Amino acid sequence: MIPLAWMLGLSAIVFVIGVVGVLVRRNALIIFMSIELMLNAANLAFVAFAREAKSLDGQIFVFFVMTVAAAEVAVGLAIIVNVFRLKETVYVDEINLLKG
Amino acid sequence: MAAIWSNPDFQFVLWAMVKIVVILFTMLTVVSYMIYAERKIAGHMQARVGPNRVGPLGLLQPAADVAKLFFKEEFTPEGANKVVFTIAPMMAVIPALVTFSVIPFGPQDAFRVTDVNVGLLVFLAMSSLGVYAITLGGWSSNNKYALLGGLRSSAQMISYELAMGLSCIPVLLFAGSLSLMEITRMQGHWWFVATPFGMLAFMIFMITALAETNRAPFDLPEAEAELVAGFHTEYSSMKFGLFFLGEFANVITISCIAVVLFLGGWNGPWLPEALKFLWFFAKLGVLLFFFIWIRWTFPRLRYDQLMNLGWKVLLPVALGNILLTSAYLWWRAQG
Amino acid sequence: MTPALFIAFGAMLVIASLMVILHRNPVTSALFLVVAFCSLAAIYLLLHAEFLAMVQVIVYAGAIMVLFLFVVMYLNLKHDVEHGIHLALRRGTGWILGGVLLAESLWFFGHRWAAGPLAPEEALATAGNTEAIGRVLYTRYLFPFEITSMLLLVAMVGAVVIAKGRGPHVERGRPPQGAPGAPAAPADRQETA
Repeated sequence: MIPLAWMLGLSAIVFVIGVVGVLVRRNALIIFMSIELMLNAANLAFVAFAREAKSLDGQIFVFFVMTVAAAEVAVGLAIIVNVFRLKETVYVDEINLLKG
Repeated sequence: MAAIWSNPDFQFVLWAMVKIVVILFTMLTVVSYMIYAERKIAGHMQARVGPNRVGPLGLLQPAADVAKLFFKEEFTPEGANKVVFTIAPMMAVIPALVTFSVIPFGPQDAFRVTDVNVGLLVFLAMSSLGVYAITLGGWSSNNKYALLGGLRSSAQMISYELAMGLSCIPVLLFAGSLSLMEITRMQGHWWFVATPFGMLAFMIFMITALAETNRAPFDLPEAEAELVAGFHTEYSSMKFGLFFLGEFANVITISCIAVVLFLGGWNGPWLPEALKFLWFFAKLGVLLFFFIWIRWTFPRLRYDQLMNLGWKVLLPVALGNILLTSAYLWWRAQG
Repeated sequence: MTPALFIAFGAMLVIASLMVILHRNPVTSALFLVVAFCSLAAIYLLLHAEFLAMVQVIVYAGAIMVLFLFVVMYLNLKHDVEHGIHLALRRGTGWILGGVLLAESLWFFGHRWAAGPLAPEEALATAGNTEAIGRVLYTRYLFPFEITSMLLLVAMVGAVVIAKGRGPHVERGRPPQGAPGAPAAPADRQETA
């Protein structure tokens, strides 16, 4: 009863908010959170299409996306913690050792 | 105007609201009288009488407690994050109360708010959200003792959440459904605690429930002698009252879930269908007494002993229990 | 009633996501992200994906965001300080690009699917959402399932190894004196609690 266009529109809006977050913010943790927003927007699109096609494949994919996102967050945060230990900052434009 | 009353959506919402209000107020009364029961039982276990001044036998003590907390000075420590400081106690109470919406107190529709077909997962989700209250409360107080207590407690809660979830799985295997109503119906003849797997799962669930609700012997994070008062050091008046209420509401929620999963819910002999909820409350009372009894009997566990127990003992035992249960069910399906 | 609830939770999701990227304090951003995840779980419930809704709350709001909060508290970040013309230019470009992407995607989705037939409320068979997912997950998608468990194991080991540092003499905290990039302050650091 909810039109597919609405759900896709919502997914697009949240995805774009995530993209803007990655582009605009300097704090690595906020960038990470914006990436999670993008993943969740994609999940919403998957569930919407799963309902549209009356198949469960979309929901299975969401399940795997959630699992992979959890693994990615764990490793990513460990890396951020390590970088913080070394450089005392989480701002991505101050981590520029490779800059020529 | 009459059209609104015959609108099925509106009727559905209204009926749900009535059930929510009734069940919520009933359980809030149970929470406040559990505080009274704890003090009375603690008193008798310590060879003294407990509260008996306010009202006959001290029965109005919870009202006196609330009034006292209400009139204390409400302050926020300097340098604390004010918004998070205010939100943390709310996060302690809300998940516990939300779980009451999926618990079936009786067989008929009037005795439960709803019957989601993932009821058990709702409970696990709400207990996951309960970690926030302690983490945020401890951090936002701008106080080292609170921070240490908050971090210890949230690490404890996260560790025992795993064993708790795993200990619910044998029940799920036996019942074949996540819906709490369905699980209760399947226990019409024998309760799950009567099987060896169910008994082991019940014991693991109760131990992890003690750790999840930060009750003794797992209450090091709020131990007065060790960490001032742990994560709620800086809280006063109604914010502390909410943490206090949240702790007891959590205990009651977990006991209700234990009754539904292991002790047969509202099943019991002799009573007619409409009165079966009395069986539920009787079993709930026994479990609450058990929680209080344990608190005033055992000494506290040290933090590393606590984490050892959660990760190295309970988690493997719960996993082993799942394996044994599935093996048993497969063998039973063969022959 | 379902479309009204969808609009309400959708609005909550959008507002919470905006506050995530706009707020200066990382802890507040993390809390708004929790709100966003919970409203997304409510939307999944409206789409008859109950199992996914609860797994969303348990995994995302209950575990991943707790991890985020721990890291934010450990790093003890203050409010983000943002200034400078380069920063303003970059931020402006980011917002403009985001707006262009949004307009493009909304035009595309609205144009293509707005006039299509609505999916009727299909009556799921006697099996609930969980059982149906379980059936498919353990038969057709068994291999990805097992691989995902390996992935989680690798991630667990990897996170512990990375966060721990290296060697038996791992110095937690600041690099030793004299190492490049080490701060020059004396050893009164050890006295802070």
